[in-house]
Amino acid sequence: MARVDVQALSVTYEGVDRRVDALHSLDLSIDDGEPIAIIGPSGCGKSTLLLATAGLVAPTSGSVRVGDEPVVGPRLHTALILQDFGLLPWKTVMHNAALGLEIRRVPAPERARLVTEALERVGLAEFANAYPGELSGGMRQRLAVARALALEADLLLMDEPLSALDALTREDLQGLLLDIWRQRGHTSVLVTHSIEEAVYLGRRVVVLTPRPGRVAAIVENPEMGDDDFRDTPAFYERCAELRRLLAAEGAFGEAAS
Amino acid sequence: MKAAVRKIVGYAGAVAILLAGWQVLAMIVDSPALPGPAPALQTFGNLFFAALLPEALVSAWRVVVSMALGTALAVPLGLVLGRSPRIDAVAAPLIFLTYPVPKIVFLPVLLVLFGIGSVPKIVLITLIVFFQILVTARDAARAIPPGSVLSVRSLGAGGTQVFRHVVVPAALPDVFTALRISTGTAIAVLFFSESIAGTDGIGYYIIDAWSRIAYRDMFAGIIAMAVLGVVLYELLEMAEARVCRWTRVGR
Ligand SMILES: Nc1ncnc2c1ncn2[C@@H]1O[C@H](COP(=O)(O)OP(=O)(O)OP(=O)(O)O)[C@@H](O)[C@H]1O
Ligand SMILES: [Mg+2]
Repeated sequence: MARVDVQALSVTYEGVDRRVDALHSLDLSIDDGEPIAIIGPSGCGKSTLLLATAGLVAPTSGSVRVGDEPVVGPRLHTALILQDFGLLPWKTVMHNAALGLEIRRVPAPERARLVTEALERVGLAEFANAYPGELSGGMRQRLAVARALALEADLLLMDEPLSALDALTREDLQGLLLDIWRQRGHTSVLVTHSIEEAVYLGRRVVVLTPRPGRVAAIVENPEMGDDDFRDTPAFYERCAELRRLLAAEGAFGEAAS
Repeated sequence: MKAAVRKIVGYAGAVAILLAGWQVLAMIVDSPALPGPAPALQTFGNLFFAALLPEALVSAWRVVVSMALGTALAVPLGLVLGRSPRIDAVAAPLIFLTYPVPKIVFLPVLLVLFGIGSVPKIVLITLIVFFQILVTARDAARAIPPGSVLSVRSLGAGGTQVFRHVVVPAALPDVFTALRISTGTAIAVLFFSESIAGTDGIGYYIIDAWSRIAYRDMFAGIIAMAVLGVVLYELLEMAEARVCRWTRVGR
């Protein structure tokens, strides 16, 4: 079970010559199996929130719980896809996808089965022996997704996974992420800069304030996951609403506010 | 396959240019101390099995052992220093004080301590290679992008696994570059130490031929030493191509 409870979470970084409050007393609950999108001005602490949920950044105060356990370090069934994919250039596609399983000491035959499945799912099976350097941006992104899939995670954290892609590849992979979620029903947290992506992939969309980040608003988005949602008036209304909320948070810079 | 052919053609061309330059230079200088390529190579062929090969093997053994030792000691230490600010804070000043000191000045000390056999030469070359690799490995480990480490840690990797999956492979290409650069230094130091004191090795052979005024023999020795360097360099390059395959993709 992967219910996520973030309570009064504050994170302060000790920088080289100054301290940065990245998050200040942030509260957020995510239901088991719920897909959520997080959007907010650049530098407001979105990545920090994901890292804290993944157990890679310790809270300065407050707490994060996943399931019934407080998060104190990386958790077995949490998968994280980083802003720059986090692929290792020196490992082949297959070994990159298998990395999480290898670290978790999953026996080799089981590993091979899970990795083959995951690579097939994202359409990279024939590139199993290539290196990331030989893949296109979209393929690298799919590999990062495969690595997370292979873990059979019940909580999938994604930090702007599609931001480096062109519009077509991006829609293609958004569809892939939606399919996988519909199939597996894992809890999903997607950080994105794209309003359309947030509305397409988040049953609720969480808007954060500028740094230090707190929850500014939560937009309910019940039609998410419906067939052809993207072409409905409701989709456009939801996007417009988010745009207004973000403008109010100064997400579009001085000019807009 | 194509690449191999291109490489062979490239080498053949380079050898031809070098031989031509040598020939021209020999004609200009016109001294017995600089024989042309034809007589030198002829002597090289005549002496190859009788004198050059045994001496070259002694020299090769010294260099290979030293470089292996220096690398085996320097890489783990350098990587740990690069990844651990606390250990680095203690060790870095020591390194920066000792790195610029030319280790070769310790040769006399080593000769007194270890005699004139292989040991002082191996110690000296090991020392020099050690420092070059140490500094490289440390810098390479420091330059590893935090994202790589974070992604592996998010998968549950502990310290040793981060080393195995990220730090070691990330630093390998730089270590190989440093090793290839060290080959030149190592051979130079080998020649120096063998010619200063000793009774064997290709460096000794060259200096011995020089004192006998046997210039052709001397040149045969010089060719042997050059070949030794080229072979070592190429072996490292081949090893790197195998071990660091990902650096060759997409070019
Ligand atoms: N390791 C770190 N050390 C010091 N400060 C940091 C560190 N990581 C992030 N910060 C600071 O914390 C703040 C929040 O960073 P974070 O990466 O969480 O923002 P973000 O919302 O993900 O931004 P973006 O949308 O641009 O990716 C920023 O001001 C950043 O400078
Ligand atoms: Mg970010």
